Amino acid sequence: MLSKRVIPCLDVRNGKLTKGVKFAGNVDIGDPVETARMYYEQGADEIVFYDITASSEGRGIMLDVVERVAAQIFIPFSVGGGISTVEDMRAVLVAGAEKISVNSAAVKNPDIISQGAQAFGSQCVVVGMDVKKVPVSETIPSGYEVVIHGGRKAMGLCALDWAKTVEALGAGEICLNSIDADGTKDGYELTLTRLVAENVGIPVIASGGAGNPDHMADALTQGKAQAALIASIVHYGEYTLPGIKEHLTARGIKVRSVW
Amino acid sequence: MLAILDYKAGNQTSVRRALDHLGIPCRITSDPAVIAAASGIIFPGVGAAGQAMDELTQTGLDAVIKAQVDAGKPLLGICVGCQILLDYSPENDTKALGIVSGECAMFNRSLTEEDGVPIRVPHMGWNRVKPLRDCEILRGIEPEAEFYFVHSYYPVPAPEFVLAETFYGIDFCSVHGRPGLWAVQFHPEKSGRPGLTLLANFNAYCREAAHAQ
Repeated sequence: MLSKRVIPCLDVRNGKLTKGVKFAGNVDIGDPVETARMYYEQGADEIVFYDITASSEGRGIMLDVVERVAAQIFIPFSVGGGISTVEDMRAVLVAGAEKISVNSAAVKNPDIISQGAQAFGSQCVVVGMDVKKVPVSETIPSGYEVVIHGGRKAMGLCALDWAKTVEALGAGEICLNSIDADGTKDGYELTLTRLVAENVGIPVIASGGAGNPDHMADALTQGKAQAALIASIVHYGEYTLPGIKEHLTARGIKVRSVW
Repeated sequence: MLAILDYKAGNQTSVRRALDHLGIPCRITSDPAVIAAASGIIFPGVGAAGQAMDELTQTGLDAVIKAQVDAGKPLLGICVGCQILLDYSPENDTKALGIVSGECAMFNRSLTEEDGVPIRVPHMGWNRVKPLRDCEILRGIEPEAEFYFVHSYYPVPAPEFVLAETFYGIDFCSVHGRPGLWAVQFHPEKSGRPGLTLLANFNAYCREAAHAQ
């Protein structure tokens, strides 16, 4: 049986690790390569890097980070942030990432998903979705709307429709982030997670709101997600990956227990 | 020195990084002389079977692989490299190398996991590998260890070649072959310590085999 995945997410700016709360007030908290290696050794099933640098200079620094990570950790990892062309994707994959993640760029130009899937295979293409709860309307029948630019810009796009669209375009996975839950530590947005997970055939990674291992267990059971993304609860040492996995196992969830 | 077959199959660099980390000398190559001089061959692969076979036949590497295996050179196939050692894959209706008798099949989406939930295709993530018989490359690896899989098709070799199985809706063959000729459906280069152990085991076998000759 396939294991549920525990995925630490590292936000990187100018080659340094940061973690923001609700996309504001980022502070440098360490070296992404060292941190990735530590999580690899502690049993992370995958690692997500999100490059919040916007400049082209920052992109070069990120590729160097990717190369150094690839030489030291032997589990899959993905890189997102600022990827908007097939060439951007290729550079990151050649540097050693398994997967690339597109978010705002895919909303603005959905063809990037099919182009990436065609060039590198669906398994390489993760679509990140930032989603906000809104009143149910004709355009947003699910009550969940896709937003971009770190949650600042609403797109008039229904999250459920968009999830089905990205699957049809060839996305291999969806990383589903609730803007409302992100940074709160009150738990994942389970209604949203379940809604998307039940309506697509590709894996869904729950993101935003993890405050403790029980929240993760909820996302993987009630939320029906295949993986749970975590950040601050491990970055600040509140919980450890082995401890989280023990807890999930005790809750009857199959996770990788030997690494 | 291990030869990593270069046929634009995608993951050869990841395999090289893992071998570099283990301190195992290797070369990514399509040169028949380098392949012949190697103590063993790693046959990687990502993507579609049809494309992979086209590339092999166009470069003549298909004949090189067959001749080397016939001469007793140890070989490890990975993912698509595992599938196209067989006779046939329905993916792109591909006539494959025919080194190990058998075919490939696609996961049926109506299958369910142990908890009754329908499987998602591709099979992507970590799963266990249960050995059915002794297999040198799996030695020293705990039975609870998991490996990283990404695939929609799986190998169905003749029963005598099935070395280990994995459950995903059905028990499918995840390791096949015989001593000196192995194929794994998962990615050892992306499977953490157990994967690195498997690669080191393969290299140890190759060194012994080369020494014995």
